[in-house]
Amino acid sequence: MDWSAYLPMILQGAGVTMTITLASIVIGAALAFFFGILRVEGGPVLSKIALCYTEVFRGTSLLVQLFWFYYALPLVGLSFEPITTGILVLAAHAGGYGAEIVRGALSSVSTQQLEAARALNFNRFQTLFRISLPQAIVEMMPAFGNLAIETLKLSSLVSLISIADLTFTAQSIRNLTLDSASIYSVTLLCYFAMSLVLMVAIRMIEHVVRRGDVFPRSAHS
Amino acid sequence: MNEKTDTPLIEFSDVTKRFGILTVLDQFSFSVAKGEKVTLIGPSGSGKSTVLRILMTLEPFQEGRLTLDGMSYHEPGVGGRFQASEKHLRQIRNHVGMVFQSFNLFPHMTVLRNIVEAPIRVLGMARAEAEARAIELLQMVGLADKKDHYPVQLSGGQQQRVAIARAMAMRPRVLLFDEPTSALDPQLVGEVLSVIRDLAHEHDLTMLLVTHEMRFAREVSDRVCFFDKGRICEQGAPEAILGAPKNERTREFLSSILS
Amino acid sequence: MMYGYEWDTTTWLTYTISILPIILIGLTVTLKAAAAGFAIALVLGLVFALLRRSQVKLISWTTAFIVEFLRDTPLLVQLFFLYYVLPNFGIVMPAFLTGALALGLQYAAYTSEVYRGGIEAVHHGQWEAATALNLTRLQTYRDIVIPQAVPRIVPAMGNYLVAMIKETPVLSVITVLEMMGLANMIGERTFEYLVPLTLVGLIFLLLTLICSAGLHRLQKALPKAGIPLR
Repeated sequence: MDWSAYLPMILQGAGVTMTITLASIVIGAALAFFFGILRVEGGPVLSKIALCYTEVFRGTSLLVQLFWFYYALPLVGLSFEPITTGILVLAAHAGGYGAEIVRGALSSVSTQQLEAARALNFNRFQTLFRISLPQAIVEMMPAFGNLAIETLKLSSLVSLISIADLTFTAQSIRNLTLDSASIYSVTLLCYFAMSLVLMVAIRMIEHVVRRGDVFPRSAHS
Repeated sequence: MNEKTDTPLIEFSDVTKRFGILTVLDQFSFSVAKGEKVTLIGPSGSGKSTVLRILMTLEPFQEGRLTLDGMSYHEPGVGGRFQASEKHLRQIRNHVGMVFQSFNLFPHMTVLRNIVEAPIRVLGMARAEAEARAIELLQMVGLADKKDHYPVQLSGGQQQRVAIARAMAMRPRVLLFDEPTSALDPQLVGEVLSVIRDLAHEHDLTMLLVTHEMRFAREVSDRVCFFDKGRICEQGAPEAILGAPKNERTREFLSSILS
Repeated sequence: MMYGYEWDTTTWLTYTISILPIILIGLTVTLKAAAAGFAIALVLGLVFALLRRSQVKLISWTTAFIVEFLRDTPLLVQLFFLYYVLPNFGIVMPAFLTGALALGLQYAAYTSEVYRGGIEAVHHGQWEAATALNLTRLQTYRDIVIPQAVPRIVPAMGNYLVAMIKETPVLSVITVLEMMGLANMIGERTFEYLVPLTLVGLIFLLLTLICSAGLHRLQKALPKAGIPLR
């Protein structure tokens, strides 16, 4: 098939996929920290609310969530562009998994550290932001890396609510050319390349977070 | 102690072993007669454990020749890490047994199963026979009542005694001990040493022992070899090496161990 | 299959009750697809893990690349690829099987890492003791390594099974009528999507919670030292 005609379409689709993925990761990370911290520090009521959030978004299928919000939001008078819905749902989904990562890392900070902070008379917020989080964030990085790749892959599902991402574009080109083998091979390679780029980016962020060799990778991560 | 035969059972000639750029054994030549009990001593990293691990085929070596009762560890015309086929290596292993520093008992098997597993699977022994022999061996190491326990339920000294019984169950001609008491609490060392002492009375069994227990070495060995930097610096009768070492490095090492 | 069915949409409750039977039929399809996909993933993942441990560099590197590629590309696109491209090579199979195969392939990449981790977590002293006792490679795997690796492997596998169940709705795009596909079809007929979709979401939530509780109990029951052998 003649690629020159389709290449711009594919690149545009890949651009949409990248935009959705990055936006979802950023919003998702914010949700992850918010609800993850609530789980640990929120007290009896707020931590239960955070628990409900993580269980609902982790426990129900992402595709069901996408369709649900796609149909539900207009009913309550919120008519977003499909792409906004896609980003929000993907972010909420990633946030649910991310909150579990944050919770796990926070609760793995050793009690000695917390006791030392108490001995120095730090208050709860100081302990959280000066002692626990800086240590926990290093532990979170590998899991967050996997979650980012997962989000990129899951972003393909937004094509099913008629967003013109890479997968949607591939479907359109297939319908035009009927050359399934070529178009899907190219699409898979595109996603693979984007995954690799994302991985490199995550490694760089991880390097910054670890401040070089100050915090070496622990054996289990 | 034992009468030495003329042809050695184990013979290293010019064996060189490297890990990357590190040379662990350097043109190493060494032989052991049938039935001989040899203790290898020396600072850590001097290559003494490597000698045992090569003999057990856990490590390949790069240059030189090693034979066990005339059988070469290398097989002519075979490549790969060991320059020998798995089949060939398994023939060699039939004659060698090993007791490890960290026991390496199988944690999911009872004591009895640990001992009978290999005789049944490898030697094709009938279960009843293997179990009868295992009980005998357990009696020898004083643990017959523990046969249905799992390793985690035993003390370190008991685990190591089971490990010795497990190695003996394969009827090896050569038994290797790689620092068998180093991982044990001091009060448990004695029970393991007394089991090894009993084995040392077996005329036909050839023993190579890496240990830091100098008094014990003097008691059981026919010969003591002092290792330094991948070579044997000094060797001879235990009284000579441990009592009146000639080599400066040997003296240094012994005084550091005894102090 | 939906023609001739009428649903009572007067209230959300009557609507829920009238669609429940057909959604439950969809649930059985969901569970069957996940079971078939998981079976494929368990077998294929083990093959990948063993090939990756191969001494031959070409084999281990090729396997590593395939695993990485499967892990880093979307299930949905892999599914389209299998669905539209396999027939070009004369391989025609029911959509259900294509879907199970796609799930199995993607998750084989995950399970192979679980197997690899489980095998590598067995202490190297165990391999050495097995060598010293002259066990063959097969005997070493069967009697020493696998019984010790299984308790480490099972919980991780359970988590992937739960994850796979939640991904089965993707199969609806290749006409497999599992729960969510049916919910969407009902929505198309009644123009009321939220009740069927909420119902499906709740069923998924329930499934996940039950599976997690079961896994938690299983994990506690597993022997830490390995499957005990007398």
